[in-house]
Amino acid sequence: MAAKAHSLFEAAILRQAVVASFAKLHPRSLMKNPVMFVTGVGALLTSVGLFFRPEGEPLGFGLQVAVWLWFTVLFANFAEAMAEGRGKAQADALRKTRTRTMANLLTKDGSLEKVLAEKLRKEDIVMVIAGETIPGDGEVIEGVASVDESAITGESAPVIREAGGDRSAVTGGTRVLSDRIKVRITANPGESFLDRMILLVEGASRQKTPNEIALTILLSALTIIFLVVVMTLKFFGIYSGVPFSVTVLVALLVCLIPTTIGGLLSAIGIAGIDRLVQKNVLAMSGRAVEAAGDVNVLLLDKTGTITLGDRQAAEFLPARGVTVEELAGSAQLASLADETPEGRSIVVLAKRHGLRGRNLAEMPQARFIAFSAQTRMSGVDADGRHIRKGAADAVRNFVGGQFPADVEDAVTRISFQGGTPLVVAEGRRVLGAIYLKDIVKGGLSDRFERFRAMGIRTVMITGDNPLTAAAIAREAGVDDFLAEATPTDKLALIRKEQAAGYLVAMTGDGTNDAPALAQADVGVAMNTGTQAAKEAGNMVDLDSNPTKLIEIVEIGKQMLMTRGALTTFSIANDVAKYFAILPALLIGAFPVIGPLNIMRLASPQSAILSAVIFNAVIIIALIPLALRGVRFRPLGAGALLLRNLLVYGLGGLLLPFPGIKLIDIAVNAFHLV
Amino acid sequence: MDIYGWVQLAIFLGLLLLATRPMGLYLFRVLDPEGKTFLDPVLKPVERIFYRLMGVDPAVEHDWKRYAVSLLAFSLVGTLFTYAILRLQHLLPLNPQHLGPLSGDLAFNTSISFITNTNWQNYGGESTMSYLSQMAALALHNFTSAASGIAVAAVLVRGIAWHTAKTVGNFLVDLVRTTLYLLLPLSLVYAVFLVSQGTIQNFRPYVTAQTVEPAAAPQTIVQGPMASQVAIKMLGTNGGGYTNANAAHPYENPTPLSNFVQIFSIFLIPGGLTFYLGRMVKNRKHGWSIWGAMAALFLAGVLLCWWAEAAGNPRLHALGVASASGNMEGKEVRFGIFDSALFATVTTDASCGAVNTMHDSMTPLGGLVPLVNLHLGEVVFGGVGAGLYGMLVFVILTVFLAGLMVGRTPEYLGKKIESYDVKVSALAVLLLILDIMGFTAWAVVSKWGLAGLNNAGPHGFSEILYAFSSATANNGSAFAGLSGDTPWYDTTLAVSMMIGRFFFIMPVLALAGNMAKKKILPESGGSFPVAGPVFAILLVGTILIVGLLSFFPALAVGPIVEHYLMIRSNAVF
Repeated sequence: MAAKAHSLFEAAILRQAVVASFAKLHPRSLMKNPVMFVTGVGALLTSVGLFFRPEGEPLGFGLQVAVWLWFTVLFANFAEAMAEGRGKAQADALRKTRTRTMANLLTKDGSLEKVLAEKLRKEDIVMVIAGETIPGDGEVIEGVASVDESAITGESAPVIREAGGDRSAVTGGTRVLSDRIKVRITANPGESFLDRMILLVEGASRQKTPNEIALTILLSALTIIFLVVVMTLKFFGIYSGVPFSVTVLVALLVCLIPTTIGGLLSAIGIAGIDRLVQKNVLAMSGRAVEAAGDVNVLLLDKTGTITLGDRQAAEFLPARGVTVEELAGSAQLASLADETPEGRSIVVLAKRHGLRGRNLAEMPQARFIAFSAQTRMSGVDADGRHIRKGAADAVRNFVGGQFPADVEDAVTRISFQGGTPLVVAEGRRVLGAIYLKDIVKGGLSDRFERFRAMGIRTVMITGDNPLTAAAIAREAGVDDFLAEATPTDKLALIRKEQAAGYLVAMTGDGTNDAPALAQADVGVAMNTGTQAAKEAGNMVDLDSNPTKLIEIVEIGKQMLMTRGALTTFSIANDVAKYFAILPALLIGAFPVIGPLNIMRLASPQSAILSAVIFNAVIIIALIPLALRGVRFRPLGAGALLLRNLLVYGLGGLLLPFPGIKLIDIAVNAFHLV
Repeated sequence: MDIYGWVQLAIFLGLLLLATRPMGLYLFRVLDPEGKTFLDPVLKPVERIFYRLMGVDPAVEHDWKRYAVSLLAFSLVGTLFTYAILRLQHLLPLNPQHLGPLSGDLAFNTSISFITNTNWQNYGGESTMSYLSQMAALALHNFTSAASGIAVAAVLVRGIAWHTAKTVGNFLVDLVRTTLYLLLPLSLVYAVFLVSQGTIQNFRPYVTAQTVEPAAAPQTIVQGPMASQVAIKMLGTNGGGYTNANAAHPYENPTPLSNFVQIFSIFLIPGGLTFYLGRMVKNRKHGWSIWGAMAALFLAGVLLCWWAEAAGNPRLHALGVASASGNMEGKEVRFGIFDSALFATVTTDASCGAVNTMHDSMTPLGGLVPLVNLHLGEVVFGGVGAGLYGMLVFVILTVFLAGLMVGRTPEYLGKKIESYDVKVSALAVLLLILDIMGFTAWAVVSKWGLAGLNNAGPHGFSEILYAFSSATANNGSAFAGLSGDTPWYDTTLAVSMMIGRFFFIMPVLALAGNMAKKKILPESGGSFPVAGPVFAILLVGTILIVGLLSFFPALAVGPIVEHYLMIRSNAVF
């Protein structure tokens, strides 16, 4: 993952961003950003104004103000181009996988025909053989294959894709490593997952999110207000006998309107999506990222998110009169052919009881009984012994309806402690129970605690019975759990939370998760999941790691915080700029107001120029912050507000004073005015 | 800045603190159509009669648009009614001085002025208005415009407190209940108190008195129904004086006690409304935080004003002609520096506009305080109702600007602040600024605007700026060096008052309607905190930055330049 993150200022990205910032000077492009549009018009006005200078205003001053105003616009364009460039770099890497793949199209008469991948349409059937690249998004309809998806996910371990079930979706551009599969194409060219992904990371299909729209409205209103302020000031000047030139009025206007946040707003949004991409999560819209920051309830699947995917055998609990060794031996025999992680963990545990490892080859006459959903037992018939292990009630039926009291106790106790009991029996004789334990991942409880402080509730979703679920929930530190959950229950829970006004985030992979994924405000589909799930969610996790949901929420919050911090900073900046420009405007007519020049700027012209330069340079200076985001801290809202207010509010108020002063010193040192 | 001032200030704030809760609880009952008050046995039948007369079903609530139409229609009828009386007062009874009719543009200006709760007075009360005009044309609106303001505030508070609601209330019900249960009873007691202090209340012709100086011409002493009018003018933050001298007149404001009570009564209802807000949204700390923010702004204003007035004009001090206690020009000697500064600050914190001192004669920084108060939109306790809804618009903007910093999209008391809310809130603020700045800019460069000016230079600028700020903010006080009774000023000021009132109320009602529709998200540790000192400081900061930044250039050209001229030059204007 880290390898995919681009360093902030990569030469190639920088180069294309510089070019793009000029291209973005086009009025149509500037129009999208009212604050920058006004700045652009101001720059144009001052440029034209150079030819109509009032007496006593040197050309050098007007020229420099005009140039810095153009820079202000260019810097804002550059910020946006940088954010887009980082996305484009990722998109280009993706695009490479798509070049000229050939596909084996299965024609109606059953023969194979070689065609170009981009000629494939929906519902076409193709055959993909080991070593070939899958030509488009689709669904495996026949066969099993291991597939290398590293082109998309960056994960080198191959994954299994097979017909039917929840692992049937394949993505164009990935490579089949073994076997052969028959794939039904599910997307027309240009509409595939990869295509959408490229569009999104490039920012081409980015639409403003609701909050961005609202913020743009407010920034526009502030711009209009300051337009009124500056235009009426011209009249006040006439009354007071001060002829303000176009240059100084435009300079004042541009310093007052919120250019900092106006210039960085879209970069912040693009960078938010980009940060998700670096975590191998694709958001289908900026809106989804915003919603992630707002989430109040996280629905977390127990398996894989809260517990390690697999349960482990932790203890043998023999029945009265049975030795641990005997139980372990039988359990080991019954598990030899059981390739599930649970089965393997029983063999491992048995070894620890001093039993030597056995293998299937030693027992050619043995008949192994595989686990099935009907019997819910597995076992072995060998040497006249009928050994079975399985779920408690299944084994109870097998032995004729009764467990010894101590085994019954053990089963209850294991359930209560959050484990899963398996019972081993030979014939009608119950040998004892095996304690299968869910292993809760480390560090989660702390993380959930921090979420609680941020006002986010965590709900564990599990198919376990309530007793087991409660115990694991307790151990993991989640706030709530939904036991014996079916997809319908999940959907109902989401609806219930939403009706109470909460925003809900969840992960899912199966087709039956699709309705819930669609209902959730943030639905993260696993890349290994079905096509239906991916279509329903508004994000896709390429690593298929359910824990990622937590990071997604953090990134969403971080993006919103960055936006808020820079807005506050931008507006707070105005105070200092006033103290730079207003005395400069008035001191000619009213020399007595000298003390108002609290920064002791050298001359009216250097004061105005310094404020304009500060205003432009601050955009460049804040690009790294806009792209990286402010540091995320999992704190309660009160603490966060206080902290950010001190840093960005108070900082925004104070920082420009020394900043403008330093620029003023430099301007005078180089005799720029 | 003497000890008596500090003691009085402490008592003032202390009493306000004590009165806030009971006033708020009473408002909570009055503004709930089904609320029970201790006056029900007497007033319930009267309330029913009003409903029957107007054909109102008190159980029916309206959406914000219908509410707005009712308010506008009521205001239009009121304006026409007042205009008619003022134009016909010579034909109507209760005119012992045989005062003639008002000119068309003065009558227009005055009707708008009272319907908008501004009470800008381009006329001299005792020399222009008959007793009937004072009572029926003017005092009537002192009640109804105050009640309308409270009603609009109630609507916005309901919008915030209610969820998934389509309606916001019934204007006529709110109007009747506020007038009947709140304003009338309080005014009655208040007027009796004023009479006890020496305020007159009669219908006698003016009295001619020969002064002890035999050569001097005899003086005419004003008479009339004064106490009843003064009570509501303060309580309803109207501010239109019965006499031209307003609260500096010995009849309108006879004693130090009446002076203190009059200042206090300006803040009484606005203070209570903050508690009402907290009670309605079930977050009393939020109400108190807003109270705290208001109190902080009030203190800052009164201290600056008091300090500036106490310091006086250093150049007069240097000449040895100034009063030792500070700038006494334009002040009533009975009240002195502190009471004048307190009155001036409070009357402009709220949209009252009654005065007991000449604001025009204050020092530049002393006069800056009232001017800034007007520019902030009078949200420091503010006009009855108008202060709270103005403040809530600032709260919405604050939450929106800073809300993102907690890592969520902005949320106020469990409601998402979205484009529409931002749009209408920003529109309201924008229109006010455009109104003040636009008219001021026109006035300072046009011959009509400059014609009324008695002072040149920065002070003349301040006078014009103050006039349009006062009109837009519906205050009514003036830097009275400006002669406002010209057709141009009558008209522009009237338009300015209308914009300031109705073009602010409409977006506020729209905001209320939109907020009422929203769901309320339950509060959690991640919700934006709207109670506590951090929020109060943030709110004050936003008000100062957003409110003041727009006016800083104008203030710089006016009072700020004037201040430096006073202390640092020998120029004389």
